[in-house]
Amino acid sequence: MTASRVQFSGEQLAEVRRLQALYPDRRGALLPVLHMAQDAFGWVSLDVEEYVAELFDLSPAHVHEVVTFYTLYFRQPKGRHVVAVCHNLSCHLAGAKTILGHLKTRLGVEVGATTPDGRVTLLAVECLCACERAPMMQVDDRYELDLTPEKVDRILEGLR
Amino acid sequence: MTGERILMRNFDRPDSHTLAAYRATGGYAAWAKAQGMEPAAITEEVKASNLRGLGGAGFPTGTKWSFIPKGHTGPVYLVINADEGEPGTFKDRYLLERDPHALLEGMLIAARAIRAATGFVYIRGEYVEPWRRFDAAVREAYDAGYLGKGFDVVVHRGAGAYICGEETGLISSLEGKKGWPKVKPPFPAIKGAFGMPTIVNNVETISHVPHIIDRGGAWFAALGTRTQGGTRMFSVSGRVARPGVYEASVAITLRQLIDDLAGGVTGNGRLKGVVPGGSSAPILRADEIDVTMDVDGLRNAGTMAGSAGVVVMDETVSIPEALLVVARFYAHESCGQCTPCRESTGWIYKMVRRIVEGRGRKEDLDTILDVARRGAGTTICAFYDGAVGPYLSYIEKFRDEFEALIAK
Ligand SMILES: Cc1cc2nc3c(=O)[nH]c(=O)nc-3n(C[C@H](O)[C@H](O)[C@H](O)COP(=O)(O)O)c2cc1C
Repeated sequence: MTASRVQFSGEQLAEVRRLQALYPDRRGALLPVLHMAQDAFGWVSLDVEEYVAELFDLSPAHVHEVVTFYTLYFRQPKGRHVVAVCHNLSCHLAGAKTILGHLKTRLGVEVGATTPDGRVTLLAVECLCACERAPMMQVDDRYELDLTPEKVDRILEGLR
Repeated sequence: MTGERILMRNFDRPDSHTLAAYRATGGYAAWAKAQGMEPAAITEEVKASNLRGLGGAGFPTGTKWSFIPKGHTGPVYLVINADEGEPGTFKDRYLLERDPHALLEGMLIAARAIRAATGFVYIRGEYVEPWRRFDAAVREAYDAGYLGKGFDVVVHRGAGAYICGEETGLISSLEGKKGWPKVKPPFPAIKGAFGMPTIVNNVETISHVPHIIDRGGAWFAALGTRTQGGTRMFSVSGRVARPGVYEASVAITLRQLIDDLAGGVTGNGRLKGVVPGGSSAPILRADEIDVTMDVDGLRNAGTMAGSAGVVVMDETVSIPEALLVVARFYAHESCGQCTPCRESTGWIYKMVRRIVEGRGRKEDLDTILDVARRGAGTTICAFYDGAVGPYLSYIEKFRDEFEALIAK
């Protein structure tokens, strides 16, 4: 196995141990630790997978299988902000297509792509369960609700 | 009937998520009472309440609890399903954000009933604010000594996968694996998380428990129908004047819910169809909404109560386009484990897409219906049946709309 090029700090490693101890089998902490790793290293590269596998004494193949199953782990560098527009039923009924089209034009990228300046990654996602305030999107940790093209513009202005 | 607010009684208070507010409105009194009750007596009270699971399947909660093997001496786990992901549903988000202590108190009581020393709360990864709120409540509950004395709570964040809402997929995910559902039997109550007997319950189901213990199973049963007690939280969205979450008796009719609570149909003002229980519930036509919203009422109407996510469509909505959106969802979320589901969801999505794009062939509709029906009931979990519900009902009830697109 090649030496990993990523490394948690001592404090982060202590957090890994704490999380692992919460579960009857420490493997239960794999998803939380992958979240930590993504926060620390920006995205989940093969190196990160290998590093996390070592921390759990799991095969890198197992970690890879887990990482690729879930949508919230990024397997390529992402923008400084992630804008994820819901395109499921209630948002569809409320005009999600217009919102998504507006974002594509404003950002100049297709869904799944990151702006050349690395500012925003644009995604279309399934139901985020805020249908009462459709159309909506998630911007990083925040839900942005009752969207209009004008509101989207104001939100984009706030993203540096 | 429609005025009953039990779960949502504190929602209007800005501080409703805090321990102080919860205690000021009688919080944790039911837990004090439950500590004086035998575990079996708690389960009996919940059975008497006719509480049925509000996550989707509608299974009687007290009965589920009684499946924990009697002679088992090892650990038992309580797992809370806060992976809310059924399109059209948003009630658990409100409960986590606005009344997290109700869930915690319900967990303490449920854990006593099933003799669990650990509870896991699996919150969908996208729910960052609900997770922060709930996590803060957990810390308050530890500081106040409710937790940590025989019962611990672990808050676990998912990572984006609808299938992890299915209870055995959730368990796989909690165990650090991809969220593949498991073959049942064994049911989780016998062999669940980490190989131990496990009760999986929805956030809303467990949030009802303190009230049931406080006011009695008979009181709760009387709020609902003969076969299902209580109120529940209806998530209403789509083409209505006042989309939102509404608590009402399960005996409310779909018409009352849409017209009286949600302010009526918008768009052109005339109803075309409504999905009554999240996107997996077969659609109802405008002439089919005089049904009660309880599990059996909707089952008898050929659909399901599911997660009580009600999505309203007025006459201007294109049903084929709506099905396209729904079919894309199931194609995207199929976990790929079972062949009928993996293949059918993908191919049906492609066929609906070509119909909507004006490239449909005459035989396409019957092919979709045939493929959908053949796979139903053949898979490990109910995800695929949940996809078949919309495939069949949208096409069978609105076939002329699809044919018009094909004839073009
Ligand atoms: C595909 C699929 C998705 C599901 N998603 C959820 C969900 O997001 N939340 C939930 O509580 N139950 C969900 N369920 C139902 C669970 O499998 C399970 O029945 C429920 O969590 C049990 O709790 P309850 O009896 O309190 O409802 C889902 C089921 C299926 C088949």
